[in-house]
Amino acid sequence: MKRDRLTVLLWLVLLLATIAVVARARYTTDLSAFLPRAPTAAQTLLVSQLRDGLASRLVLIGIEGGDARARADASRALRQQLATQAEFSWVRNGEVEAQQPDLELLLAHRYALSPRVDAARFSVDGLHTAIQSSIDLLVSPTGALFEPFIARDPTGELPELLEQLEVTGGPATTEGVWSSADGERAVLLAETRAAGSDLDGQQRALRAVNQGWQALGPRSATPLHLQLSGAGAFAVEARAVIQSEALRLSLFSSGLIVLLLWLAYGALPAVLLSMLPVACGALAGIAAVASGFGAVHGMTLGFGVTLIGESVDYSIYQFVQSPRPQARHRLWLTIGLGVATSVCGFASLLPSEFPGLAQLGVYSITGLVVAAVVTRWVLPALRSQDVLRVRSLAPLGRRVAPWLLQARRARAALVALAALCALVLFTHRGYLWNRELTALSPTPAAAQALDARLRADLGAPDLRHLIVVQAADADGALRASERVAARLRPLVAAGDLGGFDLAARYLPSRVTQQARLASIPPADELQRRLVQATQDLPLSAGRLRPFIVEAAAAREAAPLTRADLDGTSLAPAVDALLLRSGASWQALLPLRGAGSAQTVNSAKLRAALATEPDALLIDVKLQSDALYSAYLQQALWLSLAGLLLIVVLLWVWLRSLRRMARVTAPLLLSVLSVAAALVAAGVALTILHLVGMLLIVAVGSNYTLFFERPPAHAEGPLTLASLLVANAATVTGFGVLATSSVPVLQALGVTVSAGALLALLFAAMLAPVATLRSFAAAEP
Amino acid sequence: MISGGGQRGRAMRGFERCSAACAALLLLLGLPLAAFGNADLEALMSRLAERRTGHARFTEQHYVALLDRPVTTSGELFYEAPDRLEKRTLQPRPESLRVAAGVVEVENGRMKRSLPVQRYPELGAFIESVRATLAGDLPALRRYFSIALEGSPSRWRLQLTPLDQRLARTVSQVYISGAEAELLQIEVRQADGDRSVMNIQPLP
Repeated sequence: MKRDRLTVLLWLVLLLATIAVVARARYTTDLSAFLPRAPTAAQTLLVSQLRDGLASRLVLIGIEGGDARARADASRALRQQLATQAEFSWVRNGEVEAQQPDLELLLAHRYALSPRVDAARFSVDGLHTAIQSSIDLLVSPTGALFEPFIARDPTGELPELLEQLEVTGGPATTEGVWSSADGERAVLLAETRAAGSDLDGQQRALRAVNQGWQALGPRSATPLHLQLSGAGAFAVEARAVIQSEALRLSLFSSGLIVLLLWLAYGALPAVLLSMLPVACGALAGIAAVASGFGAVHGMTLGFGVTLIGESVDYSIYQFVQSPRPQARHRLWLTIGLGVATSVCGFASLLPSEFPGLAQLGVYSITGLVVAAVVTRWVLPALRSQDVLRVRSLAPLGRRVAPWLLQARRARAALVALAALCALVLFTHRGYLWNRELTALSPTPAAAQALDARLRADLGAPDLRHLIVVQAADADGALRASERVAARLRPLVAAGDLGGFDLAARYLPSRVTQQARLASIPPADELQRRLVQATQDLPLSAGRLRPFIVEAAAAREAAPLTRADLDGTSLAPAVDALLLRSGASWQALLPLRGAGSAQTVNSAKLRAALATEPDALLIDVKLQSDALYSAYLQQALWLSLAGLLLIVVLLWVWLRSLRRMARVTAPLLLSVLSVAAALVAAGVALTILHLVGMLLIVAVGSNYTLFFERPPAHAEGPLTLASLLVANAATVTGFGVLATSSVPVLQALGVTVSAGALLALLFAAMLAPVATLRSFAAAEP
Repeated sequence: MISGGGQRGRAMRGFERCSAACAALLLLLGLPLAAFGNADLEALMSRLAERRTGHARFTEQHYVALLDRPVTTSGELFYEAPDRLEKRTLQPRPESLRVAAGVVEVENGRMKRSLPVQRYPELGAFIESVRATLAGDLPALRRYFSIALEGSPSRWRLQLTPLDQRLARTVSQVYISGAEAELLQIEVRQADGDRSVMNIQPLP
């Protein structure tokens, strides 16, 4: 009794410590935990940009329904609402008023920004041509907009700059605000102040949009619909789904399992005690992950469900088999071996380069070991044999045993089944695994499609193909990107490339700016040339005094810097394309494909970039898929190693090749069947299916170990009954998971619930006949 | 725009007989034309509405305060009832302005884009006044302008004054003159004194 008290005291102390760790742990739902750690600097940059860069802070807003006028009015009203909110750095919808700061900046720095500015532009001929074309523009349908500027800017740098900005991906405009190309949807773009990884901040921003929208009230006879997208929206949505699913599914499956155990035990206290090891295991798992990784991923918590499925088994075996002290040792040898097998399986996740998988490994190993230990030592210490009595389930065992004996007769069919499964897997060998990273995305396909549409409407680059150049400072990176741009222009002209963007378009390098400004002649010289150039033009030099004054001022002006861009739409454009990465700076040049197929001719690109050895051409999707594929491959090898470890462990422990084979064959066959069934159903397997297969081995190894050796005569029916209850609990727990709308949880649920059921069946069919007979044994 | 004559309304016929000579005289003398009645405006509009398609050459003089002399542009006009209109400038800078079902598009050698008409009030005024006149769409004209009609059916002039304050800040008046069911001249006067005069010659 004293020892029991000591055990309980120790357990309580450890439990409290665990709870303290769990309470202080940091929780994330950032899906990047399930992204591979990127090995190269450029890839690290890409992944971090996708996570925290400008792209992750953009909120894409669409307004549908009603007519164009109503949508435009709503767009204006919404922009006004949001522009005053602290959550957003800026909100744009293409309204002229909103573009005023851009216009002022472009006008003030037109000679530093315009690529047309060089010595020839300011020659007599150059001035003549430029002014003539400005006059032509002035009397063209859209010319009136530039009339107020013509005396200051007779060479037309401002219209040139504006056109350039619009050509490079400005959205279409309907009723004065941005819209989709067909005008059927008004679109707005906003940047949140919160970083992309600050999900609470992202959530506040999204709520602000929704509340602003609600505040507008109904605006037309036909209702307007608000659409929201963007990386932040996805992440917030994913977090909400994962949180609610993890909670809902855990509660639901716990409830079902409690109900199941209550039916089986007929005694509620025993049921509640059964859940104790599960809870302790889950807490310990979370604490271990929190200590080892710094933060616990929401997905790992969702995995808590899976732990219920397995760790409850230990107490089921303990309670149902209700062993006498001498048999208890034997029972725990078997369970212990099952735990060891599971640990071997999950240990294969630990070295994974996927932080998410490594977390699952730590969580599962800790959870299972703690659950087993609590079941073995704490439960008996807590449990007074007289108070807690579980109804004998021996009749259940006796009733089911004859069926298993019958099923065993069909064991030859298993050979055929194995062959069939192998055949299915072999014929699908080329595409068994989904090697695309998006396979893990919890974002529904419909939301991804909406995002793609809004992105296309807004002309936001999809960042699929990129060139990255690096330099010690920002200006160096800008210069390097200008050199690359010079190489790319011939490709665009030849139609091998649709176009490209670069930060230097909005913020040219210092050298380029200085060269442009230096090409402006001194005031008196400019005056002389201007008189000559305008001789036969209707715009006389006398009216162009403002031009001469401003050009002379520009000659002496300090170069444009990043700080000058603040408050304009050029600032985010530069920030998205010019990045600091540690001590160095990188300039990105997103490429657009040519033609309607948007193809990028990689061979010609590489040839053009041959003289720029530091320019790195990246196909983002290809790269990240390649990365994922490599890690999937690694996980596969690790799993095979884990399997080998299990085989060796069993061989050493059981000291018989034959017994080892008898224990492992049902597990392998079960894994094979589930994989073949999934593949035949058209499912491309992901890394989570692989985890599911490890779980089949972990759960099933308990069954096969019990089946492998006939129990003591009298305990046969109870052993079988405990296996049946344990299996029912596992299938229930994972069956609930299979209803999840999060693809990765769903994959896990389907794999394990089917696999556990099959593992029990196959274990029975391949068991020695003596075991099955002992299961059917009458009471002594 | 504007080729071929529509069938003359019966009501117009009598009116014309007695007033044509006077009107021609007044025109020659440069005296203000007698104002049409409301019924006459409706009659003119319904005659204009009979035209389904049109094709014309135009020459446009732009009088801009900043420029020492007017600048001339030229090109062609196309019209298809009720709401397709294209002004294709050929000289000196090829550019095409198209209106179809309320969407305004500008295309030049380098780019093609739809225009926010609010950003170009004088352009919007030009487009809507011409389109609605060609279509004989009196309600649309009345929505944007107060209308005065002068002259006779054989030589009439519409004076359109913007109702919208924002538009009135840039465009003070649009004059559209024509003979029978043909438009001959469109003049847009801007509030800052600039103006453009477009002369139209129908093409077969």
